Amino acid sequence: MSVLVYTQNWDGKFKKSSFELVSYGSKVAELLNTSLVCLSIGTVSDEELKRLGTWGAKKVIRVDGDYCKILDNQVYTDIIAQAAIKEDARVIIISDNSEGKAVAPRLSVRLKAGMASGVSKLPLSLDPFTVYKRTYSGNAFAHMVINTEIKIITLSQNSFNLVETPENASIENYNITVDSSLAKTVVKDSQKQTGKLLLTDAELVVSGGRGMKSPDNWGPLVELAGALGAATACSRPVSDEGWRSHEEHTGQTGKVIAPNLYIAVGISGATQHLAGVSSSKCIVAVNTDKDAPIFEVAQYGIVGDAQKVLPKLVEAVKDLKK
Amino acid sequence: MKILVCISNVPDTTTKIKFVESDTRLDTTGIQWVINPWDELSLTRALELKDDASSGVKSVTVAHVGPLTSEPTIRKALAIGADDAFRVNGLPADSYFVAGQLAAVIRKEQFDVILCGIESSDYNGSMTGGMIAEFLGIPSVSAVSEIKIENGSPVLTREIDGGREVVSVPMPFVAIVQKGIAKEPRIASMRGIMTARTKPVKIYEPEAAESLTGILVFEKPSPRAACKFIDPDNAGQLITLLQNEAKVI
Repeated sequence: MSVLVYTQNWDGKFKKSSFELVSYGSKVAELLNTSLVCLSIGTVSDEELKRLGTWGAKKVIRVDGDYCKILDNQVYTDIIAQAAIKEDARVIIISDNSEGKAVAPRLSVRLKAGMASGVSKLPLSLDPFTVYKRTYSGNAFAHMVINTEIKIITLSQNSFNLVETPENASIENYNITVDSSLAKTVVKDSQKQTGKLLLTDAELVVSGGRGMKSPDNWGPLVELAGALGAATACSRPVSDEGWRSHEEHTGQTGKVIAPNLYIAVGISGATQHLAGVSSSKCIVAVNTDKDAPIFEVAQYGIVGDAQKVLPKLVEAVKDLKK
Repeated sequence: MKILVCISNVPDTTTKIKFVESDTRLDTTGIQWVINPWDELSLTRALELKDDASSGVKSVTVAHVGPLTSEPTIRKALAIGADDAFRVNGLPADSYFVAGQLAAVIRKEQFDVILCGIESSDYNGSMTGGMIAEFLGIPSVSAVSEIKIENGSPVLTREIDGGREVVSVPMPFVAIVQKGIAKEPRIASMRGIMTARTKPVKIYEPEAAESLTGILVFEKPSPRAACKFIDPDNAGQLITLLQNEAKVI
């Protein structure tokens, strides 16, 4: 019996969200009185895999081969399913990110394992196995029971604190056979920005809305983000107008994020926008309209003009960093 | 080429969510039901493809699992332009159940391209599309933000962390569709609304299928403390508060 965590890598490296998953998995394993196994797919060095030990991984299994080079949902499902069976996994934990969403539902059918997505706390109860999951786009949470012997959870990013429980992780290379006829995804072209802080990974986010008034006014906002080491984001009208890239759109139909700090500048806070950011730990609102709904969810608010307020904030951050 | 768009029936996204019966059930009083936003965009893109005669798209069908009360949402999809529809006459117990029902019908009806929205705005599951594909043993591509047809074959763009990939998979396949797939949802025309009344909606009774999960109770997020306002002339004070009080920087 085990708890299996699928730790995705990015060009052979793990991220904070990987360690979050391992920390979470380690706690779940403790609750179930069993051990934690991490599964890595693709080419990752021993040294990198060993890092998972810091967060409680006793055993790390590595599957690597040509078939791992691109994400084919059927191939990845097959690998995780085989590992889950071999390790007698009772709970499988996967990140609630784009790769997790692509693979976990297939795995659920393959293993006939009930699945809950967007989970943000440790299980509320073990019998029946009950988890806390996001519903109604963050307007509610459900206590969801999973009735099957094997359970699949996708964990929301930035929803669980890292807990150091150092272990000396053993690394095992798995030799498994993947049915090569499953690999049907052909990648014809790929564009990837490297080195840029991804919005979904960012702990601090500065976001602008229509109240920024023009695409030419973004300078001080970007400067504030730079000074804080934050990612930049925007509301839907801003990306629809083409003022900022679609990748920055946070909200119900855009990216759903949960940073430690979300600074909303010139964003009124429509339900659809809040759906994407309401899980942020601390929300700051800067808006000229004191009645804007964003102030209802904000911890701190400044009623004022963005163009006047932002330079003051930049200055204060620079003073702080001195 | 036959396209199927799976649609979910959800409360309008501006609905104030409330629960009844000791928070076990959504209070549906006064709720406006709509096509799940991502499904509506999928349908829009499917119709755009069909409008282009060179695409080879012959028909666009919508599928839904739900009771008779969700019929208006299906009619809305037909008014927007879908050719026909089928409804599995059962309560959508969980994603596994819904996907199982849809897969059973797809086996009978046969489609080349199956589109599913990346999530529904009610249960935020992000599961149905992937599950359908696994039930059918066919490829799936997730986070699809663009679909084109080149020489009779669909070419998909999928969003990956920090970028995008252009991919192709053989038909039949499931594309799990996100923002970007269509600019704005298509609106039903008067003529569309008239013709929707007579378009065929085929009813299937649900196959024996189980659900693997259930919801015990709903909970509203804990209310946030009142906003602390900072004098705009002294805006820099915010940074001190974020560091010393909120401890987030």
